[in-house]
Amino acid sequence: MSSAAALSWFARHEIRLAWREWLAMMTAGRKGRKRAAIIGLIVFAAIMHLPAYAVIGRFADLQAPLEKSTLIVMSATIFLAWALMLSQAIESVTRVFYARADLDLIMSSPVRLANVFSVRIAAIALSVMAMALLLSTPFVDVLVIGGGVRWFAAYGVVIAIGLSAAAVAIAVTIVLFHLIGPSRTRLVAQILAAIVGAGFVIALQIAAILSYGTLSRFAVLTSDAAAAFAPDLDSVVWWPARAALGDGEALLLLLAGGLILLGAVMAIFSPRFADTVVRVSANAAPALQGARIKAFRSGSRQQALRWKEFVLLRRDPWLVSQTLMQLLYLVPPALMLWRSFAESSDAIVLITPVMVMAAGQLAGGLAWLTISGEDAADLVATAPLPPSRVTRAKIEVVLIAIGAIFAPLIVALIFASPFQAAVTASGVIIAAASATAIQLWFRVQARRSQFRRRQTSSRLATFAEAFSSIGWAATAALALSIPIAALATGLMTACILVAAWKISPRRE
Amino acid sequence: MKPDESALQVRGLTKRFDRLAVDALDLTVRTGEFYALLGPNGAGKTTTLRMVAGLLRPDAGTVSVLGIDALTNPVAAKQITAWVSDEPMIYDKLTPLEYLEFVAGLWGIDPRLSEPSARELLVSLGLEPHLYERCEGFSKGMRQKVALAGALVHDPRLIILDEPLIGLDAVSARHVKGLLGDRVRSGCTVIMTTHILEVAERMADRIGVIASGRLVAEGTLAELRQQSGHNDTSLEDMFIALVDTEAVAA
Repeated sequence: MSSAAALSWFARHEIRLAWREWLAMMTAGRKGRKRAAIIGLIVFAAIMHLPAYAVIGRFADLQAPLEKSTLIVMSATIFLAWALMLSQAIESVTRVFYARADLDLIMSSPVRLANVFSVRIAAIALSVMAMALLLSTPFVDVLVIGGGVRWFAAYGVVIAIGLSAAAVAIAVTIVLFHLIGPSRTRLVAQILAAIVGAGFVIALQIAAILSYGTLSRFAVLTSDAAAAFAPDLDSVVWWPARAALGDGEALLLLLAGGLILLGAVMAIFSPRFADTVVRVSANAAPALQGARIKAFRSGSRQQALRWKEFVLLRRDPWLVSQTLMQLLYLVPPALMLWRSFAESSDAIVLITPVMVMAAGQLAGGLAWLTISGEDAADLVATAPLPPSRVTRAKIEVVLIAIGAIFAPLIVALIFASPFQAAVTASGVIIAAASATAIQLWFRVQARRSQFRRRQTSSRLATFAEAFSSIGWAATAALALSIPIAALATGLMTACILVAAWKISPRRE
Repeated sequence: MKPDESALQVRGLTKRFDRLAVDALDLTVRTGEFYALLGPNGAGKTTTLRMVAGLLRPDAGTVSVLGIDALTNPVAAKQITAWVSDEPMIYDKLTPLEYLEFVAGLWGIDPRLSEPSARELLVSLGLEPHLYERCEGFSKGMRQKVALAGALVHDPRLIILDEPLIGLDAVSARHVKGLLGDRVRSGCTVIMTTHILEVAERMADRIGVIASGRLVAEGTLAELRQQSGHNDTSLEDMFIALVDTEAVAA
């Protein structure tokens, strides 16, 4: 086989693998669900046009030339999309290094490794772009329907920023390898991927709170101060926004820039990819130190279980990154709380739903890790204690962790508004308990490393968990403003839980 | 045989998945015995042992561990039983010593007894240099040794092992065999499945051959030879003959 033929064969192989991974994720690895997954996806995409219309429909008539504040909002939105793509790309690159089982085979094959890894880099870029195109389709469709075919150029912008996000992710990850070594890179890359997407929004919210006393990031973007600091209208900074509006020249330049950036990264880093992979393999067994035990602890069997769960949670890089992300989301409300001590503000009410939502989401993740993600399931199942006590100890761990994270904020809230603190505390407890219960009803034994795929094992559980968190957050917010409406949303959320329990496999 | 002489008594044990995996199996293992359970892939060995260990609920039958009904009183039966599977299930983020501390805590063992025992076990299995390293970087053999140490740290009276020597190098395998031999000599009972017939031949007091979910032969090596009618035949030849006969009969 010629070199070109070998490369094209390898590219096809990569695309096939990516397709099957995606399909497995969509069908939860079950055969015969391909058609259902595709229909579900089409229905989901169709439904997504409604929120897309609500969010972006009013901008469909925008025409060049735009005023600065509109350009700022558009550019910030595109930058946010880029940050999210970067987050996904960092995750993909890390997975290529650490989780792909075929690296040994590739490394031992008689092909030029630089070429093979160029294909793999391109495959990462392709998968990032494909996902971004998929998610952006409802939004672009709405713009095209409302504002004309010129908005098709937005797809070009998505491709261009996808190319650049993949290029930056590869460069960042390989530089991290060289700076801090393979074993630490995994953790840092996971944390980076988790916070990079959310960081931008949170930074805007913080700026909005500090400047305008509101959680709305648009307050900053549309402010006179932002317009004053923004570059001139002919600056390259506005190219993505202009390209999205149908400026062909800006779009071509943007696409060319993305391609050149990715090409440069491939040329510079492909030969080093092999070295990096070798270093990862050599460090696949990092001798990370645990605690130096002086003496075994005494205590009950449940205490032993709780201790184990806490140690594992503390040492779980995914959890560290997710907790950091959740804590990041709590920074704006915490800041708002701090401001409200100085000046009385109605906006403090916004803290409650944010905290309740965060508690539900975090509890869902923690509950999956402790209840379903048991790496030594046989050991625990053969231990001399009833399964109910094992489950109880694991639930206690989730609730203690949630309590430890949210208690300081709730205590601070007591000083600002005792009633709101009580409502928030109740909301946090109910949302966390609901998410934990859903995980318990839908539990499927798995390894903790499979956390990324937890959503695919039961879509019902995922939706129930999300709707429950949203429902309790809304209920808590309404309890502070329109108590009678809170009764209605509370009942609706309780009905969601009852429905989830009714259809769960663990009902018996 | 008196009831108190048996470490394990299984009667009419049955389990069906898509097909019948264990078919009304009767099995008795005496106290202080090293019992090897042999059989081809899919014969029902692991399913049988998982039911004995309390990991699977049988469709029918009884399981008695040292006189305790393991189906009606599983907690008491589990207190004196240890289970080691062929796929070592340990926690990547714990060190071997932390893992053993957890296991001892789960079994409610006094730390004053479990800690020296844990250290001694890990040292005897050659894990002394790795006591404070997290298990995530360990080879399969090292992980298997940690899992085995975990099974022994609570001083069980019945040890059930499913292919425990897979992934172990020759030196480690010898260590493990030595440890198991010591336990049997001190009165503990060991039931082990293995595909390494030489291990069964050299270590087992009695050997049971299982095929299609049924016990097709059982006895000491000499008794099995006598049953086969060839006194000079190897266990491998006997095993293949028994399994082939069963396959033809099925």
